[in-house]
Amino acid sequence: MSIVMQARRLVKRYGHVTALDGTDFELSAGEILAVIGDNGAGKSSLIKVLSGATIPDEGEIILDGSTVHFRNPMDARRAGIETVYQDLAVAPAMTIAENLFLGRELRRSGVRGEVFRMLDKKRMLVESAAHMQELKIGIGSMTQTVETLSGGQRQGVAVARSAAFARHVVIMDEPTASLGVKEGAMVLELIRRVRDRGLSVVLVSHNMPHVFEIADRIHVMRLGKRVAVLNPKTISMSDAVAVMTGAMRPDELPAGSSANGSSHSDG
Amino acid sequence: MKSRCAAFVVIALCSLSGAARAQKNEPVIGLITKTDTNPFFVKMKEGAQAAAKAGGAKLLTGAGKNDGDNAAQVTAMENMIAAGAKAILITVNDAKAIVPAVRKARAKGVLVIALDSPTDPVTATDALFASDNYRAGTLIGRYAKAALAGKRPRIATLDLFPGTPVGSQRHNGFLTGMGFAAPERSSNVLGRPAEVVCMADSYGNQTRGQTGMENCIQKNPDINLVYTVNEPTAAGAYKALKAAGKEKGVVIVSVDGGCQGIRDVGAGHIAATAQQYPLKMAALGVAAGLDYLMTGKKPSGFTETAVTLIAAKPMKGVDSRDVKTGMELCFGDK
Amino acid sequence: MNNWREKLPPLTAVGPLLALLFTCAFFTLQSDRFLTGENLSLVLQQVMVVGVIAIGQTLIILTAGVDLSCGMVMALGGIVMTKLATELGMPVALAIACGIGVTTLFGLINGVLVTAVRLPPFIVTLGTMNIAFAITQLYSNSQTITDLPDAMNALGGTFKISGTSIVYGVVLMLMLYVIAWFGLRETAAGKHVYAVGNNAESARLTGIATTRVLLGVYVLAGIFYGIASLLSVARTGVGDPNAGQTENLDAITAVVLGGTSLFGGRGAVLGSLVGALIVGVFRNGLTLMGVSSVYQVLITGILVILAVATDQLSRRSGR
Repeated sequence: MSIVMQARRLVKRYGHVTALDGTDFELSAGEILAVIGDNGAGKSSLIKVLSGATIPDEGEIILDGSTVHFRNPMDARRAGIETVYQDLAVAPAMTIAENLFLGRELRRSGVRGEVFRMLDKKRMLVESAAHMQELKIGIGSMTQTVETLSGGQRQGVAVARSAAFARHVVIMDEPTASLGVKEGAMVLELIRRVRDRGLSVVLVSHNMPHVFEIADRIHVMRLGKRVAVLNPKTISMSDAVAVMTGAMRPDELPAGSSANGSSHSDG
Repeated sequence: MKSRCAAFVVIALCSLSGAARAQKNEPVIGLITKTDTNPFFVKMKEGAQAAAKAGGAKLLTGAGKNDGDNAAQVTAMENMIAAGAKAILITVNDAKAIVPAVRKARAKGVLVIALDSPTDPVTATDALFASDNYRAGTLIGRYAKAALAGKRPRIATLDLFPGTPVGSQRHNGFLTGMGFAAPERSSNVLGRPAEVVCMADSYGNQTRGQTGMENCIQKNPDINLVYTVNEPTAAGAYKALKAAGKEKGVVIVSVDGGCQGIRDVGAGHIAATAQQYPLKMAALGVAAGLDYLMTGKKPSGFTETAVTLIAAKPMKGVDSRDVKTGMELCFGDK
Repeated sequence: MNNWREKLPPLTAVGPLLALLFTCAFFTLQSDRFLTGENLSLVLQQVMVVGVIAIGQTLIILTAGVDLSCGMVMALGGIVMTKLATELGMPVALAIACGIGVTTLFGLINGVLVTAVRLPPFIVTLGTMNIAFAITQLYSNSQTITDLPDAMNALGGTFKISGTSIVYGVVLMLMLYVIAWFGLRETAAGKHVYAVGNNAESARLTGIATTRVLLGVYVLAGIFYGIASLLSVARTGVGDPNAGQTENLDAITAVVLGGTSLFGGRGAVLGSLVGALIVGVFRNGLTLMGVSSVYQVLITGILVILAVATDQLSRRSGR
């Protein structure tokens, strides 16, 4: 499995608080990597650095073999990394099609597009329908406003948006939080389809059952560092939680629990 | 934090002693006008400042934010008294609402004189120096009657806004001058005989006057006489009439006597206007204030400052002055 | 099937239009002078200044802001252009450009204070409202400026369509509305205005330059206020330092009556034209009926509450 994205010795401090304490990160191509950790362990800081929302104080990020520096989320997007934020970042009063293309609207060709900067609404409708279809999200009309959708459907729109434009990586922050059982399962299926399209997924989640159901590997954060990378097929949920909370040290893990390669902790 | 408190205390003490010092050095008189923006009051302020300087007194000024703003005038009065004013001249925005503040001031020994508009009751202030707005309305009403020369009047009135003594007095005075039965001077109700076919509120400004006149023309295209509460309103009315092609056949009358208004009389836009003298009012007021501060003698009652009818074309039986005289005596940019 | 459905405006846009038609029907019954070409043309004239101001105000309210200074800034623009043309003898076109320049500058100041210093629009424009008012009074010395060169009053001139006089300024107002409608509905920049109003943080995360959008909206509004000041000058034939005071709240009323939500992100600019017409029709109709203008104020207040309530209810029901 080739490594699509990597980070080494990331450090981020906020005043006296050290959020990231020299952590490493690896994402293999076409996998779903879950990032878990207790509150304050550094999950969201790690995600913010990877998505370009925060600039690390030290450390480097390597994408597809070359070092990259993200100064803002747009840089990360341009590099092919899309992020689905916890609050979804959708405009409730606007339609699904409008939301999918928000910030990257398509213009008509010719004079209408160049001089008058007119939007090609028809093409955006058709393409958004296609994107949603690809992920098998069952919403009838692209002209519905997002606020009329259920929580799971809204999540679907946000995920579809990222999947439509991502070239390498999709990062998702708590995608199943605040969803019921049925909708949560729907979103998990969605994530699998995103992976099946050839994108790599980084998933931050508190929901252990979901993590264990969907992740290929589990990246455990504790006190600003990566303490272990676990194999959900061979480790038990309670042991994973124990490592996350510090009740069990990584070297106490039963044999075969770690995922291939980087099983050593960094500190 | 402590140093900030200390600084605050020092500043407060200084201003208190400053106020006390002002009291000892020169007498302080306050002038509160209805607004800061009507040229009438701008002129009044200038007159008061000149008179105060000549008399060796310090003049504090204040005003309401707009016509009708009572609260700002109450605040101004309180602040001026706190700053040591012993005499206050005020053109009241709200004749009734200002009375409690006036009574409080007088109880402290401060002389309060109403200028231009009376309080309700009139006796709430020590004295009133005003031109009689009712009389001003009567003058232009009499002129209008003569100007119509027996034709049946179809009248539009462009008033100030509901509930103001100045607006009501001018309006009802006009009706009296025309020979109609009208409410008397103390009434705030606008009289409406059958000959008044349209009424609109102008809020004293030109644009609303124009809009009001336009709508009235739509209602009654055969209006031949327009009463306007002040000259900006009249200018707006003239514009509307001109746009409808009716300006030649309609008589417009107004009140105020500002220089722009007198120019409009000269140009034939306004047939006649009743000129009032804010400078004179202010000068009389300041003189009375100074008198009180020096000798303790209080003025009393109603002192009427003149009202003059200015018209380009004199009418038989109605006493008026010409435009040249009006320009000499007018207020505003000449 | 979806195609024509999606082209239908939502309830909050149709509501004001229905209200306007109902009001017109009512006044037609009350006075036979109401529904004449001449009278209707008059209403359009009386509404054109507020109408143009309301375009700028709509843009700002769409971003969940508000501009309390609109009327005062317009008055300042009018004084600047008339004073420059009469006292300094500046050529009319240049004087007008300066007037619009001043109003645009105020728009820029509002925008910078809102975006860079991050002050709430209500507070900022409350301040600039007073500042603009004071500057207008001081610069004009509280005197109206008369004897304007003819060219300045050009937009107040009329042309005839089958016997009815239409003022040029009204045509300009309608054109500006079409341009604004097009910009908001058919361009990406227009969509971004809605997105920023809906949820500014979300818009930023999707890569929209929210600062630029907000700044642009306030500056554009300033330009519209400048055009409105020219229309005001052309209509009255003078530079009036006390202009704009009723227009201030009237513009916000027009936007709200037109169905644009004060919370941002929803509304159509054409609705503001309808809202402005509703206010104008009431003023005209009540005068024709001989009813006191106080009732007009009362009815406008009731309509505003109805408009906001309708907006809230239709949002909750989803469409």
